[in-house]
Amino acid sequence: MSLVNLTINGRELAIEEGTTILNAAKAANIHIPTLCHHPDLEVKANCRVCVAEVKGSKNLQATCLTKVQEGMVVETRNKRVREARRIIVELILANHDQNCTTCHSNGVCELQNLTEELNVTENRYENVLSPLPIVAGNPSVVRDMNKCIKCGRCVQVCNDVQKVGAIYNIGRSTEMRMGPAYDYDLSQASCTYCGQCINVCPVGAIYEQNDITKVLDAIEDKSKHVIAQIAPSVRVSIGEMFGQAPGSVVTGKMPAVLREIGFDKVFDTDFTADLTILEEGTELLGRLKNGGTLPMLTSCSPGWINYIEQFYPELTDHLSTCKSPQQMFGALAKTYYANKINKKPEDIVVVSFMPCTAKKFEAGREEMRTDGVPDVDYALTTREFGEMIRMMGYDLNDLESQAFDEPFGITTGAGVIFGASGGVMEAALRTVYEVVTGEELENINLTMVRGLQGVKEATVKVGDLDVKVAVTNSLKNAKSVLDLIKAGKADYHFVEIMCCLGGCIGGGGQPKPTTNAVRLQRIEGIYTADEKMTIRKSHKNPAVTQLYEDFLGEPNSHKSHELLHTVYFDRKK
Amino acid sequence: MKHLIFDKMGTSLSFSEYSESNGWYALKKALKMDPEDVVLEVKASNLVGRGGAGFPMGLKMGFVAEKSSPTKYIVCNADEGEPGTFKDRELLSRNPLKVVEGMIIAAYGIGAKKGYLYVRGEYSDQKKVIAQAIEDARTAGYLGHNIKGSGFDFDIEYRSGTGAYVCGEETALIESIEGRSGDPRIKPPYTADEGLWGEPTLVNNVETLVNLLPIMTLGAETYKTYGTEKSTGTKLFSVSGSVKNRGVYEVPFGITLRELIYDHCGGVEGDGRIKFVQIGGSSGVVLPESMLDIELSYEAFGAINAGLGSGAVLVADESVCVIDFLKATAAFFEHESCGKCTPCREGNRHIASILNNLGKGIGSAVDCDTLKRTCHVMKEASFCGLGQAAPTAVLSTIEHFRDEMVAHIDGKCATGVCALPEGGGR
Repeated sequence: MSLVNLTINGRELAIEEGTTILNAAKAANIHIPTLCHHPDLEVKANCRVCVAEVKGSKNLQATCLTKVQEGMVVETRNKRVREARRIIVELILANHDQNCTTCHSNGVCELQNLTEELNVTENRYENVLSPLPIVAGNPSVVRDMNKCIKCGRCVQVCNDVQKVGAIYNIGRSTEMRMGPAYDYDLSQASCTYCGQCINVCPVGAIYEQNDITKVLDAIEDKSKHVIAQIAPSVRVSIGEMFGQAPGSVVTGKMPAVLREIGFDKVFDTDFTADLTILEEGTELLGRLKNGGTLPMLTSCSPGWINYIEQFYPELTDHLSTCKSPQQMFGALAKTYYANKINKKPEDIVVVSFMPCTAKKFEAGREEMRTDGVPDVDYALTTREFGEMIRMMGYDLNDLESQAFDEPFGITTGAGVIFGASGGVMEAALRTVYEVVTGEELENINLTMVRGLQGVKEATVKVGDLDVKVAVTNSLKNAKSVLDLIKAGKADYHFVEIMCCLGGCIGGGGQPKPTTNAVRLQRIEGIYTADEKMTIRKSHKNPAVTQLYEDFLGEPNSHKSHELLHTVYFDRKK
Repeated sequence: MKHLIFDKMGTSLSFSEYSESNGWYALKKALKMDPEDVVLEVKASNLVGRGGAGFPMGLKMGFVAEKSSPTKYIVCNADEGEPGTFKDRELLSRNPLKVVEGMIIAAYGIGAKKGYLYVRGEYSDQKKVIAQAIEDARTAGYLGHNIKGSGFDFDIEYRSGTGAYVCGEETALIESIEGRSGDPRIKPPYTADEGLWGEPTLVNNVETLVNLLPIMTLGAETYKTYGTEKSTGTKLFSVSGSVKNRGVYEVPFGITLRELIYDHCGGVEGDGRIKFVQIGGSSGVVLPESMLDIELSYEAFGAINAGLGSGAVLVADESVCVIDFLKATAAFFEHESCGKCTPCREGNRHIASILNNLGKGIGSAVDCDTLKRTCHVMKEASFCGLGQAAPTAVLSTIEHFRDEMVAHIDGKCATGVCALPEGGGR
C-alpha cells in the first residue's frame, strides 16, 4: 500500500491509500463528528453529519465515504462545514421525539452527545414529528419510531450480520421508516429477538421490554422467595455500566448487590451450564454410538432456536434436546430446590440476569412452564440489571465481593466460558474427552474455537474417533452451516451455534456500546475468569455430581429428560 | 432547418417502413467498423449525454469499452420522470426503432451482449410500442445471435419502473432492475466499473442513444456542424406552460431561449408577458424574463452555474405566482425523495411547509433565510443528485423574486393567486 499526501485543516499528512477522510483525520487526532457511522458496519453515508469541504469539489463530501487522494485539501471545521452540520442536526431534531429525560437511552444517546458536541442550543426548524404508536407486541423488543433518526444501522445488522431480514427500509421520503413489512410487530415478522438492533441503535428507538418493576414488586412481596441466576457473560460486562473497562471481571460484586437489593438467594447460571455439558455431552455420545442425527447442534442460545424454528424447521432434529442453562435452572429451582427449602413452586420467583433479549421470549414459552407456573419468571438484560442497581441506590464499585449461594453457586471455568463463542464447544470437549478416554486432557485451552471468526472448525481425537466440530457465531454464519447440512455437505459431529457475534458477550441485552472492539475485551475477561477457577471441567463440579446422586440419577435419565430437555416446533412464518 | 433526430423516418413508421427509409443504416455502418472506432467516432462528435448531468458520451463509452470483463451491460434510461419533460416519450412512441438501433450501436461499441430498456412506469402506451419494436427487431435479426452476420450477439430486455422519480438516477435504476427498492448507491464504484449485477455498465438516456444514429450516418465531422463548438448536435426541448404551441422541439444548440419561445413555439399564449422560465424540469433553474437571451448550450448554462437538465422548458407568464409555482415543485420533491439521507428527506418537507405557509400569508422575513439555508445544505450535502438539485428552483426564485415572495407576509400576492388574509398574515 502506498502513502497519499494530503492536508487536513492545514496539517500535512501522509496516509495509506484507500483510507477514508474520516479515518485519516482520526489517525491525526482530528475528530470529525458522525452519527450513522458504526465501526463494525458498512458505510452508508445516510446522515451526512460527517461532511467536510474538499478543495475542488463543488459540494461538501461525506468523509465516512470519500477516500483520501494525493494532494487533497480538506477542511473539516470552517464556517461552511459547521453550518451544514448544524442544520443537519437541527433537521434531525425537528423530527425526533425529544423527551430525552424519560428516554431509555438518556445518557448513552449518540444524538444527544452530538447535539451537545456541536453546541446546537436552539432549533430553527418547526417540529414536524407526527407521533406513531410504540410497538411492543412481543416479550422482548420494543420499537418507538418517534425516536428513530433513520440511520439504518438496525436494518444493516438485521440483514447483513444476522441475515434475518425482519426489518427493512419501508416507504419513502418523510414516510421512510425502518420496520417489518406492513408495519407489523416484530412478532409477526421473522424476528428472532436477538436484540442486535438495540445494540447498534444510536438513540432510544429500540429497546427491551423493561421488567425491572415486576422484579422489585416480587421482592417487596414477603410471601415470595425470590432467587437470582446470573449468566456467565454478565460478569464481564455489567462493570461497564459503572464506569469499568469492558471485560472487567466483577463476579463477586453481583451476589453482593443482589443481596442488598433483597434477593433471598443468588445463584449462578454457570452451574446449569456445567449441567448442560453433562446432559449434552451424553446426548452426543449417544448419537455417535446409536447412529442418531448428526451433526448435533447446540441449543442454549434462544435467538438461535427462534431462527432454526422459523427458517429451518425441517432441521430441528439436529438440535440437542437440552434446554438452555437458564431454563434448566428454572426447572430445577421449582422442583429440586423448592423441595429442598420446602416451598411451593408458585411461591418461588426465579429472576435471571441475561445478556440477551431473546431470553425473555424463551422464559415465556409454553413448554417452559410446569402446571402453568413458568420455570423462569423474569429475564432481565445486563442493561436492566445495571439500571436496577442504580435505581436502588447502589454503585457496583462500592461493594465488597461475596460468594454465590449453594448449591447452584458452585461452578467451574467450563461454565464461565459459555459466555463466549466457542465456550460451549470447549467445555464439552474438556468433558467428553475425559469421559470417553478416561485420561486427563493435557491442554484444556482449546484456543482454535475461540474468538470472533464467523465459522471455526477443529478436529479433536477422542479415543478412536476424530471428532469434527464447528463453532459459529452470528446467525449469518449459522445459516451457512444449516445450508451445508441441508445440502448433505456438513461432515461435522457437533456444532456450537450462537445467535450473536462473539457469543453471549455480544448479546442484544449487553451494555451499549457493544462493538467488536468491546466484544474482544469481554472475551478476554471470560478466559481470565476461566483461568482463575480452581475447577475448570464441568464433570468435576461436585455440586453437579451431588445433584445427580440426590435427584436426577444420571445424565439423560428419565428425570433429566422430564426436567432438562425440551421439544422444538415448526414456526415457519 | 434540417433535423437530426426527427427526420423523415421520425414519425411512427412500421418496421418495414423504417427499414425502407434508411433505417438500420447507422447500425450497418457501425457493424462494419471496429468497436474501438465506433467509440472514437462518438468521442470525436463531442456528444454530451442528454439525461441532465451533461457528461461526455464518448468518454463514458470509453470507460466501459476498456473494461476487460466478459460481461458488460448497457442500460437505456427511459425513466423520464422529470416534470415537464416529455421528449423521450415522443422518441419512444414515434421512433422506438431508433432507440433500439441506438442501443445496439452503443452495445457494439462497448462490447455488451445484453441491454435493458427501463421505461417509466406511467408510460403504458410507450411500453407496448417499445416491446413491439424489440420483438420486430429480433424477428428481423437485428437482435439476438450473430446480428446480421456480423458475429455480434446482443439482445434487449425491457423493464418497467413503478413510478418512483429517483429511479431516473442511474444507480437507483440499477437497484430497481435488480429487484430492490430504488435507492441510489454509494459512488464510487461508478457504473462503468461496477454497475448492473456488479458488471461494467453503460447507462444512457434515450435521446443520447438516438443521437448515435446521425453520428454514425453523417460522421462526427458533419454532426459537429450542428450546434455550438462545445454543445454539438441538436437538442429536444419539451416546451410547456404559457406558450401558444406546446410540444417537443428539435433545435440546434446555440439558439437563444427567446428564439425558442417566440420563433418556434409562437410566443406567449394570449400575448401576455413572460414572467420566468424554468429550464430542465422541477430540478431546474428559474430564469426571469430579463435572461431570455441566454444561449441554449451547456457552456452558456454552465457559466451561470446552472444546467440544461433534461431540456424541459416551462414558460410562466405574469399570471403565475412564484409561491404557488414553488409550492408545486416542493410538493413534488417531498413526495419523491427516497428518504435515505437527512438533507433531502427532512429538508424538502420544511421547504414545502414554509412555502405553504407563505401562500397563506403566514411567516416572517426569517423564513426566506431558513428556506435559503435549507436549500444550501440540501445542495451541498445530499447523498445523490435528487437532493442536490431539488432546491434549485427555490434558490433561483429567491434570487430573482425575493420581494414578491416576502410580500405575501404582508398580505400581498402580486397575481392574486394566493388567498391571503386581509391586512396581512402573521
